[in-house]
Amino acid sequence: MKHVQKLVAAALMCTAAAFAPVKAVAETPADTLIQAWAIDDIITLDPAEVFEFSASEILGNSYQGLVGYNVKDVSEIFGVIAEKWEISEDGKTFSFTIRPDMKFASGNPITAEDAVYTLQRVIKLDKSPAFILSQFGFTPDNVDAMIRKTGDMSFEFEMDKPYAPTLVLYCLTATVGFVVDSELVKSHEADGDFGYNWLKTNYAGSGAFSIRDWRANEAVVLERNDNYSGEAPPMARSIYRHIPETATQRLLLEKGDIDIARNVSAEEIAALSTNADIVIEDGVKGSIYYLGLNQKNETLAKPEVRQAMKYLVDYATIADTIMKGKVIPHQAFLPRGFLGALEDTPFSLNVDKAKELLAEAGLADGFTVTMDTRNTNEITAMGQAIQQTMAMAGITMELIPGDGQQTLTKYRARNHDIYIGRWGPDYQDPHTNADTFARNPDNSDDAASKPLAWRNAWDIPEMTAKADAAVLEADASARAQMYVDLQTEHQQTSPFVIMFQEIEVLARRKNVEGFIVGPSFNDNSFKAVTK
Amino acid sequence: MTADAPRQGLSEWLQSEQPASRRQARLGQAWRTWLAFTKNRLGMVGLGIVLLLVFVAIFADVIAPYDPVIGGDLRTLRLLPPSMDHLMGTDDLARDIFSRVIHGARLTLMVVALVAVIATPIGLLVGTTSGYFGGWLDIVLMRITDIFLAFPRLILALAFVAALGPGIENAIIAIAITSWPPYARLARAETLTIRNAEHIDAIRLQGASPARIIWGHVTPLCLSSVIIRVTLDMAGIILTAAGLGFLGLGAQPPQPEWGAMIAGGRRFLIDYWWVATMPGAAIFLVSLGFNLLGDGLRDVLDPKAAK
Amino acid sequence: MKTSEGHHRALPTVLGKAMRLAATVVFTIFGLLVVTFLIGRVVPVDPVLAVVGDRASQSTYDKVFVELGLDKPLYVQFSLYVEKAVTGDFGESFLTKKPIIDDIARAFPATLELATVGIIIGTLFGVPVGVWAAVRQGKLVDQVVRILGLVGYSAPIFWLGLLGLLVFYAKWGLVAGPGRIDISYEYAFTPKTGLFLLDTAMQGQWGAFRNVVSHIALPAALLGYYSMAYIARMTRSFMLNELAQEYVVTARVKGVAEWRIIWVHALRNAAVPLVTVIALSYAGLLEGSVLTETVFAWPGLGQYLTNSLQNADMNAVLGGTLLIGIIFVGLNLLSDFLYTLLDPRVRRRT
Repeated sequence: MKHVQKLVAAALMCTAAAFAPVKAVAETPADTLIQAWAIDDIITLDPAEVFEFSASEILGNSYQGLVGYNVKDVSEIFGVIAEKWEISEDGKTFSFTIRPDMKFASGNPITAEDAVYTLQRVIKLDKSPAFILSQFGFTPDNVDAMIRKTGDMSFEFEMDKPYAPTLVLYCLTATVGFVVDSELVKSHEADGDFGYNWLKTNYAGSGAFSIRDWRANEAVVLERNDNYSGEAPPMARSIYRHIPETATQRLLLEKGDIDIARNVSAEEIAALSTNADIVIEDGVKGSIYYLGLNQKNETLAKPEVRQAMKYLVDYATIADTIMKGKVIPHQAFLPRGFLGALEDTPFSLNVDKAKELLAEAGLADGFTVTMDTRNTNEITAMGQAIQQTMAMAGITMELIPGDGQQTLTKYRARNHDIYIGRWGPDYQDPHTNADTFARNPDNSDDAASKPLAWRNAWDIPEMTAKADAAVLEADASARAQMYVDLQTEHQQTSPFVIMFQEIEVLARRKNVEGFIVGPSFNDNSFKAVTK
Repeated sequence: MTADAPRQGLSEWLQSEQPASRRQARLGQAWRTWLAFTKNRLGMVGLGIVLLLVFVAIFADVIAPYDPVIGGDLRTLRLLPPSMDHLMGTDDLARDIFSRVIHGARLTLMVVALVAVIATPIGLLVGTTSGYFGGWLDIVLMRITDIFLAFPRLILALAFVAALGPGIENAIIAIAITSWPPYARLARAETLTIRNAEHIDAIRLQGASPARIIWGHVTPLCLSSVIIRVTLDMAGIILTAAGLGFLGLGAQPPQPEWGAMIAGGRRFLIDYWWVATMPGAAIFLVSLGFNLLGDGLRDVLDPKAAK
Repeated sequence: MKTSEGHHRALPTVLGKAMRLAATVVFTIFGLLVVTFLIGRVVPVDPVLAVVGDRASQSTYDKVFVELGLDKPLYVQFSLYVEKAVTGDFGESFLTKKPIIDDIARAFPATLELATVGIIIGTLFGVPVGVWAAVRQGKLVDQVVRILGLVGYSAPIFWLGLLGLLVFYAKWGLVAGPGRIDISYEYAFTPKTGLFLLDTAMQGQWGAFRNVVSHIALPAALLGYYSMAYIARMTRSFMLNELAQEYVVTARVKGVAEWRIIWVHALRNAAVPLVTVIALSYAGLLEGSVLTETVFAWPGLGQYLTNSLQNADMNAVLGGTLLIGIIFVGLNLLSDFLYTLLDPRVRRRT
């Protein structure tokens, strides 16, 4: 057998050698930023449709919205394309004024026409993220009247109710609010599609970079936009390369083939932290990991069982080992950094307490339950760790793995027992998560909206009313208190075992400086990167 | 010592030049095959590996020092290198890899056995029916067989698993669905040579129904060659199952299936090589065992190919 | 006499066979369509959800439901499916939002390049090794070749690939890592054929060429090893067959040099069935590429297929499966044809 191994090795080596031994190239061009990231989630580059993490980030660097906020303190909101705005007496109408002398990458001037076209287009196309704007009462039929041009550089935005101003402004900072070059898009319209088929793979923005090329599952290439109104970015080119494996990203980074590795696992963080050429950076993101306990399951519907489950997750150990550096324990539905976020963590692994609660529910011997688990490395590892601690209290938890679409199909049909999920906020206002975790206007099987509370069949008319009231509260501190109260109640009574808040980690070469990790993905910025 | 004498006698009886009964002749034939096989050193090594697999699968609970699914303390026992306590180290959930590999033998054996149990009868049924009746039925059945043969096996299995949902049961079904066609071909060819044999004609004249003739008389004659073919395919079945597991479409965590274990350990390959390497070595050893066994069998049963 | 008769019969046989094969192909492809359609219908994934995502409103959802034709009866859906498939329209990928056929057209050259280099390596090593083993039948070399082959059949390709990456790339740095080319070379040339080796060489981009070579070396060597195992084994058995023929004995008696008998006379005759074997293992490499491409992040058909599978992008899975099936059928046909056309039994004994 020894001979065989030698022969195999020799054959492989000969072939490799015959083909040309190479030295490690190990340097990226000085004016180009190269990042490795799993960008297979990109399905479109149209701001009216983009909802994916990587596409959001790309648009964040290549488009501009009407308003923006300080990524260090999201409560500080300022105008970008909008120079200023006024709110009417009744609180229903915003009057925006467009900043003068700004241009799109195409050279076209930015006017109120572009802003109005952008917002109307989102409502009329009615793609997945359209609800962020349509929740203010817009429909394809009324939007022409509700969002109207009042001058070359001004327009009005009229809603059906006096929503909290911060909610409206935050919604406009989302990617659906990114202003598109109406002249350019209109020139590519076909069959009244608002240029949808063209913009899916093309670019019509005004940001620091323009998108030159997107090849699905391969790469996205951006180039400096010379018509950008802000400070010109130091990098002439920025390339995202699709590398799905974290280990591969790490190798490329260590060899200097890329500047930034965007997917870094807990093990890679540990291994790279000893490398003097590499710096690890992180920033808290808004995504939350949670377990959803379906209330259609009679066992899980018992309050004691829901409570016991919350004592059967080893939050601290998971955050310190398999998810080290990637999450922090967090147990309320609003992530840190949001208005009114509750940072208490009343639950920790306590098997005795859980057993007591189960005994009260008449389940002293435990029970059997299934958990639908998405087949990604991290979700699977967490699922298995939770499975082990549940077993300590006699709960036999069977994992049912599936790809994202499969588990989601089942979850939305309310056919699961337990679902381990990750929820990211859609915009920076607390309503985005309250809307899904604490609102369930209609618990019937054919309900029109399917928030997380509905998916777990949690019927909560009173809490829904409280969440609705918070949306209309104009005073920020009063509103914050309403959300704290809501979360405190939710934390104890809900069928959600909220576990962690995500930390986004990246590893960069030491000389690559200035990448900003913001609270949401469209805030991640490489505009100021130097190397 | 006393046992020797009768065995001597048995050996002589088996190798007798003038068998007294048909049974003696058949057993004698089998015995001579076995004797020839024992001279094939590599074949014996293969047989040894396969027997070891069966042994390990049966006694997995006794051999494995730790639980294959429930891990130890995540803070202290994760990703430990191989040592006396953990012969093959531990994985990212602090589970003993040696115990998982041992228990994985059960899954592997189960896959092989179930695929054989499902695919062999389908292949026999389709092949013998097709060969016995001939005509349009033959054409239709063989065309269907061709459609299945036209697909690369792994890719068809992938498509089936996509439809059925990932999981070891579905992987077994998918592999079985994709592995019967060659058996059907083989059974059909054998049937064609048998169906007009005199003794079959005789049975037919006695008024036996076609179903009885096929199951009672044709199938048994095709059985041995199909079984040999299945044995030869076992390594391929193991590799396909492991490939599905590796792609995340076969056995699912926390099941200790070897292919899935490699996929799980892949992220740690650079710093913790043992996590992916150990289960891979197990797959390699077992499929080598089946290959050696199959190779030895072929040499003995089909001397033409060996020469 | 035999020859002329054989010659006359050969043509109609070839034609008749071609007709039969054509019928088989049509039937087989129709079967593939039925199988893929049925698979697509039983998948436990909501196709609308795959398009609109998790957070779309109900009105968006309903709109897409109708767009996808899911409100029509099953047989209508099937006839639409066949109609579209025949015109090369397999629908749009949910992942890339591009027509499946475009995606596949882009991924295919990568697979083709990898499999081709693989089969070249396999043939270059496999044939001489097989001949050598046949000549030294039963000797140590023969045994080693045999064991080498068995090892090849036994080791999971994805595992060997991972170990290869670990050793040759991560530890020793002998070859380049996963992927087809380094990002810094990616824009150095225009991919005209999609076969990077050809493209870079034709455009004189030798730096990029070397980079492409060092990327393809390991995965191609791996695929090459697998096909080598098979090719060597078959070469050995064909050569044994030839070496036992009368003409070999005659040649020896005539005093023709032994190396000439082996490498020229015998090998030339063994080459005919060998072509079939090589064509078949070329088809086999397409299958092997599914796992290899996953390990080496090779942007070919295999990776496209597995990636689509993991994201429940059923249009892509079914379109890809169907096309690979058709390519497979095509290669099988080709090898059959080659065999019929080159079959020397007609000509050899003249």
